[in-house]
Amino acid sequence: MQVATGKSILNGIAIGKIKVYRAPETVISDRQIDDVEAEMARFEEARQKAIAQQNALYEKALAEAGEETAAVFEVHGMMLDDDDLVDAIREIIAKQRRTAEYAVRTACDNQAKIFAEMDDPYMQARSADIDDIGQSMLDFLTGADPNSLQGTEPSILVAKDLAPSETVRLDKSLLLGFVTREGSTNSHTAILARSMNIPALVQCGDVSADWDGKMAIIDGYNSCIYVDPTDDLFRSLKKKQEEDQAGVALLQELKGKDNTTIDGRTVKVYANIGGPSDIGAVQQNDAGGVGLFRTEFVYLNSRQEPGEEEQFEAYRHVLESLAPKQVIIRTCDIGADKTIDYMKLDHEDNPALGYRAIRICLTRKEFFKKQLRALLRASAYGNMGIMFPMIISVRELREAKEILAECRAELEAEGVKIGQYEIGTMIETPAAVLIADDLAKECDFFSIGTNDLTQYTCAIDRQNAKLEPFSDTHHPAVLREIQMTVEAGHRHGTWVGICGELGADTTLTETFLRMGVDELSVNPKSVLPLRKTIRGLNLSQNE
Amino acid sequence: MKQFDFTVTDEQGIHARPAGLLIKEAKNFASGITVFKGDKSADMKKLLALMGLGIKKGETITVRVEGEDEEQAAAAIEKFLKETF
Repeated sequence: MQVATGKSILNGIAIGKIKVYRAPETVISDRQIDDVEAEMARFEEARQKAIAQQNALYEKALAEAGEETAAVFEVHGMMLDDDDLVDAIREIIAKQRRTAEYAVRTACDNQAKIFAEMDDPYMQARSADIDDIGQSMLDFLTGADPNSLQGTEPSILVAKDLAPSETVRLDKSLLLGFVTREGSTNSHTAILARSMNIPALVQCGDVSADWDGKMAIIDGYNSCIYVDPTDDLFRSLKKKQEEDQAGVALLQELKGKDNTTIDGRTVKVYANIGGPSDIGAVQQNDAGGVGLFRTEFVYLNSRQEPGEEEQFEAYRHVLESLAPKQVIIRTCDIGADKTIDYMKLDHEDNPALGYRAIRICLTRKEFFKKQLRALLRASAYGNMGIMFPMIISVRELREAKEILAECRAELEAEGVKIGQYEIGTMIETPAAVLIADDLAKECDFFSIGTNDLTQYTCAIDRQNAKLEPFSDTHHPAVLREIQMTVEAGHRHGTWVGICGELGADTTLTETFLRMGVDELSVNPKSVLPLRKTIRGLNLSQNE
Repeated sequence: MKQFDFTVTDEQGIHARPAGLLIKEAKNFASGITVFKGDKSADMKKLLALMGLGIKKGETITVRVEGEDEEQAAAAIEKFLKETF
């Protein structure tokens, strides 16, 4: 068995025979030409065909991989239409009296070199796009057919590199995965493979032409390829692959479907996220929105207190990417187990009951206002909810809302556009449950944080493993609190969701639905299994 | 002649696809539109030249618009930049 490592661009497994993919060498003559006009016409014809091809690839990618990925080919079309590039090619033909092939290759190489030498890795990766459009024109000029290199049986392609347009043109029914010696995880080829769900490795230096025809496994989770794998390894990765495929099948079965029970009760299933990097997971798992966007990342990823602008960008990005889906953003919840140096919080003997979340925000008003201003500004870009954590009294909720109103007035005076938004309270203390009627009058929604609610109700420290024998995640007191919260909320027209870990517990889904819970927000991976459970329930039957 | 400064706040800077849209917007106007970054400059109607400036988040560019429709062009480009980058 041989093992080679590279950079993985998709967490997936591909198993099959290797096909070494050799792109045809385009041989280019540097001879002088006599008829400049004819050569110009050849170039223009190839360029127009290449533009038409990129447009066709745009359509194909749109169908196979979606808008964002397809945009690559739109950009290619624009590059083929770039005045500087076209002028450079024409000039080589006219002044140096060279063939169209020579001119295209030379001008594209020069442009690719400019990108390759830039200091930004994103821009460096754009040189592959220039190579791609150059090759596309060259193929039309030389009449080469880059297809038909895939062989006839489904295989793992091994190549020096693959251009984005090659990747889209490949017959997906014959493509199990690919491994390239070059390429980058930033390349459009990588983005395409990811959105088409094809396991792949790039920058795998040890690829060998001798592998042709051998059995291999790409393990995208561990960024390696096993050639001639052992039986044990084969069995365990085959099992992993089957689990992945079951997940994909679930997705195909349930994507776009309602979260509706057999008897017609619909509940919202949202996702919990921790930052803009989770947007993809929300979309891939078809969540109806975001029920809990933890904003701690803006504080934790920073060496100093993050400014309004930085926060605004992060919130706007998430809201805009997911619009019109609702995104519920929880205000700063640091303190307790999440401490930050620059906040200079005192050491506490009992931090879970200490200075945290809304308690910090209400006493450090300027700090809180930065976040609220950023949120209000971001509200213009999507469908936002603002949620305050650790509320134990009506006074706190009112105070938080007053500060929010103050920020709003300031922004309006500055002429800043503000969108619609809902205001919610996290219910995570027994105190909040007991005054839920009063809190409900003050807000649009409740979100029950079952982890903290369980800890505070049962006086069981979440972090202490020794307490496990005493802990009961389905404690009847907690379930009764959820019931009370739902009833109180509904008495005042306030909708009620659950965003703690209990929400994803499918053994409780029926109980929650019977209680009248309106929304369940769970980690993105649990969205579809939860949908499956909901669709199998019939609440009209007796318990 | 109209001139204004703009600071990029988009995470990825002025990258490929939005740069393409910016070119399209610029081409709607007859005026010459030039982007300056430090001592380098590029014609805003040319994609590769614009990408070649490698404009990143936090960097400030100067946009100079010169021509018969410079008023409208400068206003439209500034609006587009603010909304996109």
